[in-house]
Amino acid sequence: MSRQAKAQNKAGAGVYLKKYWQLYVMLFLPLLYLLIFKYAPMIYVQIAFKKYSLVESVWKLPLAANHGFEYFIKAFGNNDFRYALRNTLTLNLLDLVFGFPAPIIFALILNELCFQRYKKVVQTIAYMPHFLSWVIIYSLALQLLAPNDGLVNMVIMKLGGSSIPFLNDAAHWIGSYIGFGIWQNFGWGSIVYLASIAGINPELYEAAAVDGAGRFRKMWHITLPGIKPTIVVLLIMNLGNILGGGFDRPFAFQNNLVMKVADVIATYVYRVGIKGLQFSLTTAVGLFQSVVGVFFLLMANFISRKLGERGIW
Amino acid sequence: MKVKSTTDKIWDWVFVIFCFVVSLICVIPMINLLAKSLSGTDFLVRNEVYLLPKGLNFDAYGTVLKDPKYIRAFVWTVFLTIVCTIASLTMTTLCAYPLIFEHLKGRKAINIFITITMFFNAGTIPNYLLMQKLHLLSNPLVLIIPGVLSVYNMIIMRSFFYGIPDSLRESAEIDGASLFRILMSIYLPLSKPVMATLALFYAVGRWNGYSDALMYMRDDRFYTLQLLLYNIINNINQVEVATQEGFSAPGLAASLKAAIVMFSTIPILCIYPFLQKYFIHGVTLGAVKE
Repeated sequence: MSRQAKAQNKAGAGVYLKKYWQLYVMLFLPLLYLLIFKYAPMIYVQIAFKKYSLVESVWKLPLAANHGFEYFIKAFGNNDFRYALRNTLTLNLLDLVFGFPAPIIFALILNELCFQRYKKVVQTIAYMPHFLSWVIIYSLALQLLAPNDGLVNMVIMKLGGSSIPFLNDAAHWIGSYIGFGIWQNFGWGSIVYLASIAGINPELYEAAAVDGAGRFRKMWHITLPGIKPTIVVLLIMNLGNILGGGFDRPFAFQNNLVMKVADVIATYVYRVGIKGLQFSLTTAVGLFQSVVGVFFLLMANFISRKLGERGIW
Repeated sequence: MKVKSTTDKIWDWVFVIFCFVVSLICVIPMINLLAKSLSGTDFLVRNEVYLLPKGLNFDAYGTVLKDPKYIRAFVWTVFLTIVCTIASLTMTTLCAYPLIFEHLKGRKAINIFITITMFFNAGTIPNYLLMQKLHLLSNPLVLIIPGVLSVYNMIIMRSFFYGIPDSLRESAEIDGASLFRILMSIYLPLSKPVMATLALFYAVGRWNGYSDALMYMRDDRFYTLQLLLYNIINNINQVEVATQEGFSAPGLAASLKAAIVMFSTIPILCIYPFLQKYFIHGVTLGAVKE
C-alpha cells in the first residue's frame, strides 16, 4: 500500500470513528451484559462432564467416569428424570394440540363480529388472563376447583353430583393444567392472527362475494390461506420448543399428589439441582434439553422450508 | 351492499353469544375471588359464596393492609418494577439503536453474537453457579441485573426504529447533529408506542416473575410479591389443615387469601387496558421479524 493510500485510510478511519464512536459506546453495556449473563454461564456447562466439587475451579475438575458421560447415563437411568422427560413432552404436546388452535379459532370468530365496540370490549377482556402471573392463576384455580369450597365443585354438588378432584388426581390435573394454559393464552395469542387477517387484501373478499361465496367459504378459502404463513411460523417455534417450556407454570401448579405427571424438566432441575445440590447431573440434563431444543428448531425450520413455506430465518 | 340473509344474521348472533360466553369464562374466576374477599367468614365456611359477596365487609383487606410483611413485599416489588423497567428500556434502546446503522463496522458480527443467545441457553444450574460466582445470590441486584435486557424485546424495538424514515436521520446528520443527539431528539420522541409496549412487557415480566427470587433470593426481606404469594398460598393450605384441629377461623383464611390475590393483581389490571392500542402493535412487530 502506498504511503498516500495509508494516510487516506487513516483519515477515513478517523472520519468514520468521529461519526460512529458514540454507537460503540452505546453498545458497550448491552454487549457486556450478554457476554456476562449469556455467554459466561456456558463455562459452567462443562461440569456436566466433570465431577463437581465446591472448592475446585471448574477448569481443574476431574473428568467424570465413562469418558465424561457418567451423568448423562445416570440421568437416563433415573426414574424421576424419565418421568420429567415424559411429562415435558406430554404437556407440551397437549398444549400444542389444544392450546395452539385456540387463538386461531378465536381470531376467526372475532373477525366475524360486526359490532366494532363489542369486539373491542371482548378483546380487552380476553387479553386480561395474559397479565396474571402463574401464581395468581393457580390461586384462582384453587378458588374455582378446590374439592369442597371451589366454585365449580360447589355448583356440581348443589346439582347433586359428587365433587371432582380437579387438581389432586393425575388425569384431572392434566386437564386443568392444559385448560388454564388455554385460558391464559387464547386472547393474547389471537393478536398476531388478527393483525395478519387485517393484512389480507379486501378485494379478495369482494370478489368471493360476487362469486356467491358465503361466510364460511370465505373463511376457509381466503382468511385461512391468508394467515397460513403466520400459523406456520408460530407452529415451527412451538415445535422447536417441544422439549422446552417455562418453569413458572408447572411449578405453580404442582402439588405432591400429582408429581408423577406434573414434574417437568425445568422443575426437576430446580428440585434436584438447586435444592438437592446435584449440580453435575442437572447440568447434564439442562445441556441435553438445550441441544435437543436447538436440534428440534432446526428440524422444524428445515421441514417447513421443504414444504415450500417461509422459515423463521 | 347486499342485504344479509336470515341464516347470516343467525350466525352473527351465534358469534356474539359465543364471545359473550368466552368473556364470562375470562372474568368469572376474578369475580368469584372478589366475592370471596368481600364476604363474611360465616358464609365462606358454609360454602355459600358464588359470584356475589355475602355479608359484605372489608375486614380481609384491612388485615392485609396491616400486615407488615405483605406491605413490605408490595412496596419493594413496586420499586423493583419501576427500576427494572427504566433500566431495561435504557439497555434495550442502547442495543437496538446502533444496530439500525448499515455502515456500522462489525454490525454483522454483533448481530450473530446477539442471535446465538436466543437459541442456546446454558441452563438453570450454570446460571445459578454464575450468580454464586458474582456474589449476587441473595443480593437485591440479582432481581434487576440478570433480566435487564431481553433480546426479543430488543428486536421489537429495532423493527420499530427501522420503520422510522431514514430521511429524517440523514437530514439531521447533514445539519451536523451527532448520532446520540439524533437518538434523543428524533428517534425517542417518535418511539412512544414501542416504548409504552416494551415498558408494559418488562413491567409485567418483573411484577409476575417469581422464579428468580425463588432460586437466587434467600433473604426474605427481598422476596417479591409473587414469591410471597406463592408461599402464602402453600402455607395457608397448611394453616387450613391446622384449622381442622380448631386453631383459627377457616373462613378468614379463605377471604384473606382472596384479598391478597386481588391486591397483587389490581395494579396490572388497572394499567393494561390503557396501553392496548400500543401493545397490539408491539406484538405484531415482534412476530414479523425481518
